[in-house]
Amino acid sequence: MRANAAFDAFGPLSLTPAHKRRGNSWFSNLQASDTTWAVAFLVPYVAVFVAFVAYPVAFGLWMGRNPALYGLLLSDPRYITTAINTLLFVAIGVNVKMFLAFLLSGFFMNRSWWVRSLLVVYLLPWALPGLVVFTSIHFMLVTQWGLLDSLWRAITGSDGPLFLVSTWIAMTANITAYIWKWMPFWTLIFIAARMSIPQDIYDAAEIDGASGYRRLIYVTFPLLANIYLICTLLSCVWTLGDFPTVYFVSSGAPARTTDVLATYGFHEAFDFGYPNLGVAAMMSALPLMIPLVILLMRRVRATGVQL
Amino acid sequence: MSVALTVTSSYRPRGRKRRWFRKAAAATFGVGLLIWTLLPVYNMVLMALDSDADEFTGSIFPPDPDFSSFASVWNEDYWLMEHFWHQFGNSIYLGVATMVLTVLIGSLASFALSRMRLRQGWIITDFALLTYVLPTAFLAIPFVHIMHKYGLSDSVWSVIAAMVTFATPYAILILHQYGKLIPIELDEAAKVDGASPLQVYLRIYLPLMAPALVAVGIYALLLAWNDYLYQYLLLSSTGHMTVAVAINQFFDSDEAPWNYMMAIAIIYSLPPIAIYFGLCRFMVAGLTMGGMKG
Repeated sequence: MRANAAFDAFGPLSLTPAHKRRGNSWFSNLQASDTTWAVAFLVPYVAVFVAFVAYPVAFGLWMGRNPALYGLLLSDPRYITTAINTLLFVAIGVNVKMFLAFLLSGFFMNRSWWVRSLLVVYLLPWALPGLVVFTSIHFMLVTQWGLLDSLWRAITGSDGPLFLVSTWIAMTANITAYIWKWMPFWTLIFIAARMSIPQDIYDAAEIDGASGYRRLIYVTFPLLANIYLICTLLSCVWTLGDFPTVYFVSSGAPARTTDVLATYGFHEAFDFGYPNLGVAAMMSALPLMIPLVILLMRRVRATGVQL
Repeated sequence: MSVALTVTSSYRPRGRKRRWFRKAAAATFGVGLLIWTLLPVYNMVLMALDSDADEFTGSIFPPDPDFSSFASVWNEDYWLMEHFWHQFGNSIYLGVATMVLTVLIGSLASFALSRMRLRQGWIITDFALLTYVLPTAFLAIPFVHIMHKYGLSDSVWSVIAAMVTFATPYAILILHQYGKLIPIELDEAAKVDGASPLQVYLRIYLPLMAPALVAVGIYALLLAWNDYLYQYLLLSSTGHMTVAVAINQFFDSDEAPWNYMMAIAIIYSLPPIAIYFGLCRFMVAGLTMGGMKG
């Protein structure tokens, strides 16, 4: 009923031009008016894009245009540490996460009731706000009275390590927290991809003697290789700019040795008041990011995988 | 299938034992995964139920569970959470506005791109894809300056603008993909009957796209609710703050009532949890809807 009312409301509006068109060559006329409509429909998105993507990007490039900024960055030992941390964070975090997600998606293909209910719980980190969960993880680690140390004491009887005092443990904590938060999302993607593999392929493979781990290596993985690669590339690009994990879990502790580019840029821009230097720090990821994006776009085009 | 069945049946005694072993291994693994997933969540509850605000108890179970921190948040009786419910309203306002605008702008654009056969449409689709790939944190610093120029600093609309910007590309991609399932002949039939493109959009496109629109709406809502960086950078006054910014204020204050902070964090997590459990199917559908298929 409500839909009908809407139709009536627009009825007279469109009928009149249609009557007019009927006499002359209305087909070309319709095409022209269609284009006008299409442009009108696109205006909101294009406006958002120009005002909030194109302009900020151009403004960012302008802010980071001075080559001296990059010399300044390279002379800062903390920047070098940050760059290495970012590379480690992306290389280890993304690859471990993707590989585990791929294996777990196989586990979750089991459709028994308890695996299904486990999947629902397992996906929870994906829905929770990063701020909340990373703060919670921070408190699990921060003092010797945190939950992890309490568990350590309960199990081994002796005091646990101070996680955020050692650079390496703090880095490991950041990467683990990152995997904890994002592995469920990618597991879900891989589950969907596995479900799109037709069962007859598996049946045929089983007749040919491929079962168990052979099925995984010779059937499932080759079929999912494209998706795996595209997901990994996409995740690499996103993770290069990851902010909340390090900002909340280690907050750069100890002594800002576990910063990544996004948190380094944030501190330079908003704590120390050098926005141009912050932008330059972010832009220093471009030599890595642009090839990744080009590779990603080409793979997406070539394979027709939809993101 | 039948071949496989006969093969397994000939090994029945050993097969049963092996199957039992595999089941036990899977169950152990499942319990481990459950603990891994829920440990940080449990830690939040543990800290919120602790009556001693400033110190950690160092125990695994709450020694004397105390729900007073939740009551304090409810009644706003601590200076850092005086405006909690107002800020909660701000968060809802931010999420709902982002959701509505994303669905509106995204569906209009994807209708024009996929149903009206624009010749240069692929340029816009490519730009949408590029925006989707871009890490949001990279735009944060220029964004703050630009919002200042637009006169939107310390306004919730600046955050809404940012979130709509980052959510619409995903909306366009998903809707574009899902729209392929709807035959274009429907549009053509309506056009022959004299429907304008606006009518086709309202009467045919939107109703048939409903599941995808729900998925996109949930995505936008959760994106806005779960983001922290833009809310922190763009909102500064207590009246305009969202809960995410308010939680962070606890870190900056001299006192440290962590139980209050965690109680707020738990309350703040409830809407996404409720959405997740209630609309799980749509969220999953949004990811798998023709998407990521090779």
